[in-house]
Amino acid sequence: MGQQIVMEKTEPKTQQQERLMIILSKGTLDMVYPAFMIATTAATMGKDVHMFFTFWGMNAVTKKTSANLKVAAVGNPGLPMPNILGMIPGMTSMATGMMKGRIGKAKIPSIPEMITTAKDLGVKLHACSTTLEVMGTAKEMLIPEVDDIVGAATMIELSEGGQIIFI
Amino acid sequence: MSVVQQHKIVDSRGTSCPGPITDLFKAYRKAEIGDIIELLATDPAAKPDVQAWVRKSGNELLDIIDEKDHIRLIVKITKKGR
Repeated sequence: MGQQIVMEKTEPKTQQQERLMIILSKGTLDMVYPAFMIATTAATMGKDVHMFFTFWGMNAVTKKTSANLKVAAVGNPGLPMPNILGMIPGMTSMATGMMKGRIGKAKIPSIPEMITTAKDLGVKLHACSTTLEVMGTAKEMLIPEVDDIVGAATMIELSEGGQIIFI
Repeated sequence: MSVVQQHKIVDSRGTSCPGPITDLFKAYRKAEIGDIIELLATDPAAKPDVQAWVRKSGNELLDIIDEKDHIRLIVKITKKGR
């Protein structure tokens, strides 16, 4: 037994990169930011990073919405106000404006800037084919940084042996 | 054969996580083995994050200098990946 372990150790180590798969299913700022922060950081630490965008996560890579993601005012108990007020018209844009102001002050890059950095670091962006279908989104409506349109099987295969984070 | 070692200062003051690490990494990509990168940061996470980064990437953190309003992290490039 002990000998076997020693033998394994002396075998040449495979140079394969560790892999990280981030599945993003939400499209609000408070979900998309952490996804890209983790993705870019993992890439700098030598990981092979893949992001799979599904359901509302697709907003992050759709041309029309990528630069204008919002913070949900309804059903977001983290906001410093009674939850019921979130239903008042204009509350979502107010909460979004507040958060964007703070993000700017903290010198955190915008989502499109985060996407550019992620791509520069080698992060791969995969869009979910079913979501395209369900949302009635055409391929042309996605930002050009998206690498491909794939299904769950590709995502599962890409994740094999790596870490998965579901947001 | 003489190798010129570079000492590069990367000013990441004012940025928050993951700003300092991405700035450090961008400099690291251009650096050669033996180069020194000095990262200036105000983000409180910069110290533990750079320590984690050097462990993971196989580089060396030579020194951490506390200044009045920021820290200086002196990283020596000892390994180049990718």
